[in-house]
Formats: sequence, C-alpha cells, structure tokens
Amino acid sequence: MDQILIQTLHGLVNGMVLAMVASGLTLIFGIMDIVNFAHGDLLMLGAFVGASVLGVTGNYWLALLAAAVVIAVLGAALQVTTLRPLIGRDPLTTILATFGVSLVLQKYALWQWGPSVRQISEPVRGDFTLFHLQYPWYRIVTAILAGLIIAALWLFLKYGKFGIWIRATTQDRVMAQAMGIPVPLVYTAVFAIGSAMAAASGVLFGPFAGVTQTMGFDFTLRAFIVVVVGGMGNLGGSILASIFVSLLEAYAAIVVSPAQAVIVSFIVLVLTMLFRPTGLFVPTPK
Amino acid sequence: MTATLAASPRSPARGYWIGFAVVVALLLIAPLVLPPFWQRFVTEILIWGLLAMSSDILIGYTGMVSFGHSAFFGLGMYGAAAALLTIKPPSLWLAILYGLVGAGAIAVFVAYFATRLRDIYFAISTLVFSQIFYVIIFTWTEVTGGENGLTFRQPALSILGWSDRFTPTTFHWFALAVVLVSYLLVRRITRSPFGMVLQSIRENEPRTRAIGYHVERYKIVAVMLSGLFAGLAGVLYAIQNKFAAPDFVFFVVSGEVVIFNVMGGMGTLVGPFAGAAFFLLLREGLSRFLTEYYLIPVGIIFIIMVIFLPQGLLGFLRRRLNA
Repeated sequence: MDQILIQTLHGLVNGMVLAMVASGLTLIFGIMDIVNFAHGDLLMLGAFVGASVLGVTGNYWLALLAAAVVIAVLGAALQVTTLRPLIGRDPLTTILATFGVSLVLQKYALWQWGPSVRQISEPVRGDFTLFHLQYPWYRIVTAILAGLIIAALWLFLKYGKFGIWIRATTQDRVMAQAMGIPVPLVYTAVFAIGSAMAAASGVLFGPFAGVTQTMGFDFTLRAFIVVVVGGMGNLGGSILASIFVSLLEAYAAIVVSPAQAVIVSFIVLVLTMLFRPTGLFVPTPK
Repeated sequence: MTATLAASPRSPARGYWIGFAVVVALLLIAPLVLPPFWQRFVTEILIWGLLAMSSDILIGYTGMVSFGHSAFFGLGMYGAAAALLTIKPPSLWLAILYGLVGAGAIAVFVAYFATRLRDIYFAISTLVFSQIFYVIIFTWTEVTGGENGLTFRQPALSILGWSDRFTPTTFHWFALAVVLVSYLLVRRITRSPFGMVLQSIRENEPRTRAIGYHVERYKIVAVMLSGLFAGLAGVLYAIQNKFAAPDFVFFVVSGEVVIFNVMGGMGTLVGPFAGAAFFLLLREGLSRFLTEYYLIPVGIIFIIMVIFLPQGLLGFLRRRLNA
C-alpha cells in the first residue's frame, strides 16, 4: 500500500517534468510540423549548462534561467541554419536534419563535459513524512514549478500578443502572413521557446538522476510517446498523457524492474496509434 | 519505354551492366590485393551496405522512413547465434535460416502494426518497436546473455559436401556472393509490377488506393522483405564477428542505416552501399585524430547533405541505376 502511494507520487512528479519536455515538443510540432529529434539533446545540453553555471555561481535559480536563455539562443540559431532551408519540403526531411543535429549535440556534450555523470545539487533540501515514508521536498517543488512554467506558457499563448501571433500561424500560416505577422520570425521564436522549455526541464530533472550526455535520447523517445498519445500538437493532451504514462510506468515498476517498465509506455503508444491515432486526450474529430 | 531504350545501341542499361561488372570484379580481387585491415573494411562495407539497401526498399521505393532497422539486424544476429549454439555441429546454412526466421517473425509483427501509420508516425512506431526488442533482449539475460550478448564459434563454410574453415578472404567472397544475390533479387523486385506499386505508393498513396491497390498489403510485404534482408545482413555480421550483442539492436544502428541511405542516395539500391562506404571511410579517417568525436563533423556533413544534396552522392545516377 505504501509502495503504491509513493509510486503514485513518483509518477505524478515524473509526469510533470515529462509534460514540460513534451509541451516544448508539441508546440514545435503543432506550429511548424517539425518532429524535433534533437529535443532530448537540447534538454541534455540545458542540464549541462545549468550544472556548469551552478558550479560557478552556486545559485540554482540563476542556473535554471541561464540554461533556458543559452539553449533558447542555440535553438534559434539551429532553426535559422538547419530548419529554415527545409520549410516546404517533405516533413520527413526535418526528422533527418534534426536527427543529424542530435548526433552533433550529443558528441559535443561528450567533448565539452566528458562521459561522467554530473550532479546538480537540490536547491530545496529536506524530506517530509508521508504515512511514515520519507519523501524529498525537492521533487514536490519540481512538480509545482513545472506546472507553473506550463501554465505560464499557456497564458502567454492565450493572451500575449506574440502568443496570439503564434496561434494565428498555427491556424493558417498564409493568412497570418497576409495579416502582417512575420511568420519566419514566429517559427524561430517558437523553436527557441520549445528549446528553452527543454533546457529548463533538464535543469529541473538534473537533481533526480544526474546529468549524462546520453540522457537525451531517452527523453526524446518518451516525449514522442506522450505527444502522440496525447494528440500531436495538442498541449493539454500532452500534459495529461505525460501524467498518465508516467503513472503507469511507476506502477509497473512495482512488479517488474524499472528497465522493463519502459515497455508499458511503448505498449500504450502502439495501442493508441492503432485504435485512436488522433490521441487519447482529444475530443473525437467529427 | 524501357523496351525502346533497351533496343537502342547506347542504352543506359548497357552502361549500367558494364559498371556493375567492373565493380563486382574489383570487389572480387579486393581481398587478394588489400592488406588485412582494409580487406575487413571492404567486407564490412558490404554487410552494412546490405543492411542499408534493405532499408532503401522502404525509404527510397515506398516512401516510408524506418528508424527501427536495428531490430531486424539484431534479430538476424541472435537468430544465427541461436542456431550456432544449440545445433551440433554448427551449420552455416542453419544459422542463415534461423536468422531469417528471427528477423522475418518480428518483421511480420512490426509490419502488421506499423504499416497502418504514415509518415512520421510510421518512423516513430518503428523506432519504438526496435526499442521494445532492445529492452527485451537487454533484460532477458538467461536467454540472450543480456548486456554481454552471446559468443560462439564460427561455422565452417560448407557447400554441397565440401567444407572448409572460413578465412577472411573466403568470408569476403561468401559475403560478396550473398550481397550480390540479394542486390539482384531486390533490384528485380523493385522493377517488378509489385515494385512499381510500391513506387506509386511513394508518389501518391491516395491515388494508388483509388486505382484499386490494397495499399496496406503492399506495405506489409515491403516491410517484411526489408526486414528479411536486414536480418540476412545481421547473420553475416554475426558470423564475421562470432558474437551477437544488444548494442546492435539499439537505435544507433538504425540511425546509421538512415545516414547511409541519405548520404548515398535513396531509391537507388547502390546508393546505400556508397553511403555506407562514405560514412565508414569518414569514420576511419576522422576517428584517427578525433576518436569518438568524429560524429561531430560527420553529423554536420550529414545535415548539409540533407539540406543541399537530398539526392545523396549517387542521386544523379538514379535514373541510370534503375534503368
């Protein structure tokens, strides 16, 4: 019973971090039709930048901000150099291009920071007791913070001037351009925002398991899964799917080893694609 | 139209066969003149090229990008390992049979589910399937040896009662023979009415369906064929290196297969071999002074090719190679 409770908490916390990763991915997909294979590697780079800034300044929140800004600039540069020339081509070519980016970023991280695991120390210490089980406060803070960042993104998309531009571009890019919205700039900005979200979630997740240069692929795969399960390009769906999949994985980890628990999310994905390819958490299209 | 071209004296088909004969002759004498290191290198190009060519059936001819070919390749390796470890005396042909059965079985499974999806969804689902098999192989230590994989003795090369141990040279010729047969088979398949339907799916799937072809069935058969040839490449690789390891079921191999195709030229069958050769040469040349960071320049070259040379190295020959 205790185990189920603690796994529920684990699942919810992991789900919130995953939701943040996935919201960046789904934003990029929804607006640009780009499946960003390098999303997890941007997360990994963000975590490394965060770890380095933390090492120099000792301030976690500064590290979080710095990582988001640095990776946003990197994301914008990537979009301009590799993805802008591909606009209008087969969407599959963007998978190939971002796959190349992923290779380069991963090996760059290895070159820059080495193969060892970097630790990011928790900014919030201490545990609390939950039915005679110790649970670290930091994980709760992370989940809340991730929720706040996602809420901020949603508010920005809903009410910000730039957010409205972004939504207009999603709906009809030709018409948006005709109305004077600088569509290429919107694309670059969206990619930068998505990258910043990835970097911030990397820094948030860092204290859980450390930062390694190979962590990116795992996150890319998991983010893909929840984005498809939640419905491609649907922000709310991705968030629900993240929590759903993370909870399932957490419960599965009670029975089998965590390495095998991953298969549960794979199976959820396959079943979703077979029976409800538009996504689990979206209304049935008419 | 093909008939009129074949009838004219300077037909593209004739140039093609001359080029084909020259390349095959070069590959035949390669092990006799090259030092051992480069001899092995050429054999590896053949094996990786075969894997990449199997993927070309999907990427180049049917228009489906598979990010899961490592699963077929890996199952070919483990199938061969199963035959060589359980059957006494170890038999080369049974190893090939088991490898093909292993790769074919999961190809049926993947094909059944993944072909219902299109474009990026197909790519993601193949990736996910290959990861499922990776996790199973990695964690099922009692059967697959887990992280360490399986090692076994090399079977003897036995043809019609004659039998001898493999030397690097005879293995090269054996691999060359397998690759040649596979290449000619796949070439024949892609030029058959069946292959034409696949290319029609690539060009316009709704229209192909409207004409009355059962698109799903064609796709399933395409994935199965592709999986079988990928498994064959896995068997060759397992026999060459005397082991089967989970690393070869991991996504990195699938990614390399896609790189080979893009670099060499999709939809040419020969292009993937050129791509494999180009990639392995780059790796060999760059890793001498960049060690494992060779992927940084190679990745940049790859991105540049995706943007500026989407046809790949041999793309300009595409019409002639399919002549």
